[in-house]
Amino acid sequence: MANDSEEKQLPVPPQAEKPAAAGTPSPSEAAGKPTVPAAPAKPPAAAPPKPPAPPPAPKEGPVPLDNDLVKRYRARFGEAIREAWVDRKQAILVVAPELLLEISMYTRDEEKFGLLTDQTAVDFPKREKRFDLVLNLYSFAKNERLRIKALVGDGEQVPSVQGVWPTANWLEREVYDMFGIVFGGHPNLKRLLLPEEWQGFPLRKDYDILQQDEAWVRENLGIESGQ
Amino acid sequence: MPSGANVETTVLGADEIILNMGPQHPSTHGVLRVKLRLDGEKVVGSECVIGYLHRGVEKIAEHRTYQQFAPYVDRMDYVAAVSNGLGYCEAVEKLLGVEAPPRARVIRTLLTELQRIASHVFWLGTHALDIGALTPLFYCLREREEILKIFEKYCGARLTTHAFRIGGLQYEAYDELEKDVERFCNDFGRRIDEYESLLTENRIWVGRTKGIGILNAADAIAMGVTGPVLRASGVEWDIRKAMPYAAYDQFDFSIPTRKNGDTYDRYLVRMEEMRQSLWICQQAIEKIPPGPIMGKVGKVLKPPPGEVYHSVEAPKGELGYYIVSDGTTQPYRVRIRPPSLINLEALDQMVRGHLVADVVAIIGTLDIVLGEVDR
Repeated sequence: MANDSEEKQLPVPPQAEKPAAAGTPSPSEAAGKPTVPAAPAKPPAAAPPKPPAPPPAPKEGPVPLDNDLVKRYRARFGEAIREAWVDRKQAILVVAPELLLEISMYTRDEEKFGLLTDQTAVDFPKREKRFDLVLNLYSFAKNERLRIKALVGDGEQVPSVQGVWPTANWLEREVYDMFGIVFGGHPNLKRLLLPEEWQGFPLRKDYDILQQDEAWVRENLGIESGQ
Repeated sequence: MPSGANVETTVLGADEIILNMGPQHPSTHGVLRVKLRLDGEKVVGSECVIGYLHRGVEKIAEHRTYQQFAPYVDRMDYVAAVSNGLGYCEAVEKLLGVEAPPRARVIRTLLTELQRIASHVFWLGTHALDIGALTPLFYCLREREEILKIFEKYCGARLTTHAFRIGGLQYEAYDELEKDVERFCNDFGRRIDEYESLLTENRIWVGRTKGIGILNAADAIAMGVTGPVLRASGVEWDIRKAMPYAAYDQFDFSIPTRKNGDTYDRYLVRMEEMRQSLWICQQAIEKIPPGPIMGKVGKVLKPPPGEVYHSVEAPKGELGYYIVSDGTTQPYRVRIRPPSLINLEALDQMVRGHLVADVVAIIGTLDIVLGEVDR
């Protein structure tokens, strides 16, 4: 309920760079007063605590995003910015994997997202391009988060961003380890957590939770895996 | 040898050797193995070998319901289970679009700050032990025991507490919680000065930590380092202030920072953080609001499809959860951003040019927990 009214006023403030910043102000405000979208500056104390009548506000979930940040990206990279979403007040850009390196450079240098918080992937085996490569970024200058995604098919190579954010070195190794996504230009792309000779990529959806690399277990532990 | 490369890829010099440190080495805090490339006793390169404790937590999450997975996160950073639980519960709450009631949030903040003290005090004891100061360990474990007793009284468990639930709390605060915390705060506030007097001006301590493992601010950000390690390099950034969660916006505290980014500064930052946490605890017991402790959350959780990233300032750094929901009772994907793993990645850069004995000090100062590194 509370978040519905929050979502409603998302596109309203023109000065807000990006709705992801809406998470920053004090959570007491975020506690969700039924603010009228026309007057977002209304003091929160005046708002009655009674729950607002549920308007046909968008449900929680991804909504297309078109703010200044997205416009700047679109102006610069055009079609390479495939989609832009906002989900739970967090901005998401879906970009072309071929241009990931250039977009990353721009993101770090021009948009000032200096910290690569996390890099990971999600597997959707039924899709043509089965992986979402996900970069979670943070900007100290703006106190904002941004998520960049690239759709990658099985066996496709993605440019490594470890030259842009050195921390990606291990993160990309972990993604390779768990999903088998190959990063072009990575200096030391090998498994991070599993043994180097392990077969298969455990976080793919078609790798069962009970599945093990039986040959590895037999050879290295001298037992049958028992599963 | 370039950073992040395999230590054995390039030909060894005539005076160089490869030395394995761990996974059984007592100062690696678990099962960390570091391959050191040495020239005499000087480190010219290093490579971490991790994964000995890998349990596939992220894979398990995809086969559990949202509530069932909550106790698993306590097993990652097992010396700060409460912080892990807070991050997970809040991430799922964000995904659901619900919020914990104010009373639950203040109690969460209180317990999480106690956990931060417990984690830091445990770090202090073991870090000092690694460097050769035996005495602080006994005092530090005594203090930690007091905090664990409070947890035990609150939820029955000491280490892997599972103290919080999605939507709020399961247990009401017990009757003497405020009194227990107040007593702890009074004792600990005095004693922390005594512990500092054991180390801060101790010549051996200063000699072993000053100028060791320097990480400047630009490198720290490039390496993705967070938490006290980042703050000791001069970056004043704390998620509790930058993007407040739980009830941190209601409390007054400061973010201690230092300039040099060496082991000594990281020690001072953590000491000051404990004082700040103590101050938050003292404020929290004064104003635990009355009211319900559980928000409006159903028995079966089916978050609407979508995704969320939520992070908290865990004692080790930024602990983030990236959860993708497909609208069913089980998460489609849970990614945990472990602060220990990413801080450990900076080890190579920090140990270069130092002696083998300093590697021990630098591993200690990063404050890693292998359960979280490997997950």
